[in-house]
Amino acid sequence: MHELSLCRSIGQIVRRHAEDRRVTVVHLQVGQLRQVVPDTLVYCWGLVNEGTTCEGSVLDVDHVPAVIECRDCGATTRLVEMSMACGACGSTAVAVTAGEELLVTSIELQGV
Amino acid sequence: MGRFHRHDDGTEHDHDTELGEHTHDHSHVAGRDVGDMTGYVTGTERVQVLEAIFDENDRVAAANRADFAEHGVRVVNLMSSPGAGKTTLLRETLVRLQGRSRVGIIEGDIETSIDADRLEGLGASVALVNTGNGFGGECHLDAPMVRSALGRVPLAELDVLFIENVGNLVCPAEFDVGEHARAMVYSPTEGEEKPLKYPVMFRTADVVVVNKIDLLPYLDVDMDLFRRNLASVNPDAHVLMVSSKTGEGVDAWLDWVAGA
Ligand SMILES: Nc1nc2c(ncn2[C@@H]2O[C@H](COP(=O)(O)OP(=O)(O)OP(=O)(O)O)[C@@H](O)[C@H]2O)c(=O)[nH]1
Ligand SMILES: [Mg+2]
Ligand SMILES: [Zn+2]
Ligand SMILES: [Zn+2]
Ligand SMILES: [Zn+2]
Ligand SMILES: [Zn+2]
Repeated sequence: MHELSLCRSIGQIVRRHAEDRRVTVVHLQVGQLRQVVPDTLVYCWGLVNEGTTCEGSVLDVDHVPAVIECRDCGATTRLVEMSMACGACGSTAVAVTAGEELLVTSIELQGV
Repeated sequence: MGRFHRHDDGTEHDHDTELGEHTHDHSHVAGRDVGDMTGYVTGTERVQVLEAIFDENDRVAAANRADFAEHGVRVVNLMSSPGAGKTTLLRETLVRLQGRSRVGIIEGDIETSIDADRLEGLGASVALVNTGNGFGGECHLDAPMVRSALGRVPLAELDVLFIENVGNLVCPAEFDVGEHARAMVYSPTEGEEKPLKYPVMFRTADVVVVNKIDLLPYLDVDMDLFRRNLASVNPDAHVLMVSSKTGEGVDAWLDWVAGA
């Protein structure tokens, strides 16, 4: 369970950008290869924000599918299960090109 | 992931130059909920951030790694499910390296000093990190926790440092702590499907130590199937067959550590 520490980091990033303003929505990108439990994340977000400018704000999570690229044939394969093999030629010489994202993309602030 | 930051008004800047402080002036245009500037007072405003959530952890991990490099210490992050045999393997490692290499250990444990105590008296310097603080325990080590222990291991005098992570197949895989290599200890009693159930952990390992092989005659586990499952999530993983109880395979593990 590392969602609590993730939420602490998200809160730090958000408040640094929000300065003293009230935050209404936080937009995240979470890749499929990140082991984040969405419900736990939302629950922890509520916990760590009590009494801060983020209290009551909504986490909006944009899920990013995992994609691998083959070094042999160049094909890209979207992963449905975790099998590190090229969908076109079967080679295991592959690199992950998407799915490891974990970032705060933007925030929404209440007008002043 | 950089700390590049773009505002809705089109200005861009890099926060590295701001020493972590957000000192610049914010002059964003009104966000999507307002059509004209008269709505600015009550509308919301959207600010682009584009910051990786692990930035802070990764900065500290990089600082750890730089300290390790400065002192020429190889660092191995040892991970497994609870009870797979990390501490037992470390004990056998220390017994064999005594007088040959100078070893340090950072022992991550949620509440107790039991594992750290088991490693005392074998010539290694052992620093304990209890991860249970306040708000429930963390079931993993992160880079700041490892950094907090560095003052208690004499890096300048070490050849190799082992970090025994908290027994858990999920979160430890997510946190770079500044190590050079990741070793996973797997016990065949856990079944053949573990790589498929915990692919992120198995994918992150440079070496998988199959421990407790002395038990194989008593188990119905199919090790070929395990290897196939492992290869499907991590085609490049080295596999070492070890018994920390009988000592079989421990020398091959030491060879791997020496080249890690
Ligand atoms: N038969 C056998 N038992 C082993 C072996 N290695 C470890 N064990 C036993 O497995 C149990 C757990 O071993 P530990 O070394 O404490 O495991 P760990 O991974 O450090 O456990 P945590 O730190 O609690 O996650 C102990 O009873 C060990 O004696 C082995 O190679 N063979
Ligand atoms: Mg242990
Ligand atoms: Zn976790
Ligand atoms: Zn800014
Ligand atoms: Zn291919
Ligand atoms: Zn954890």
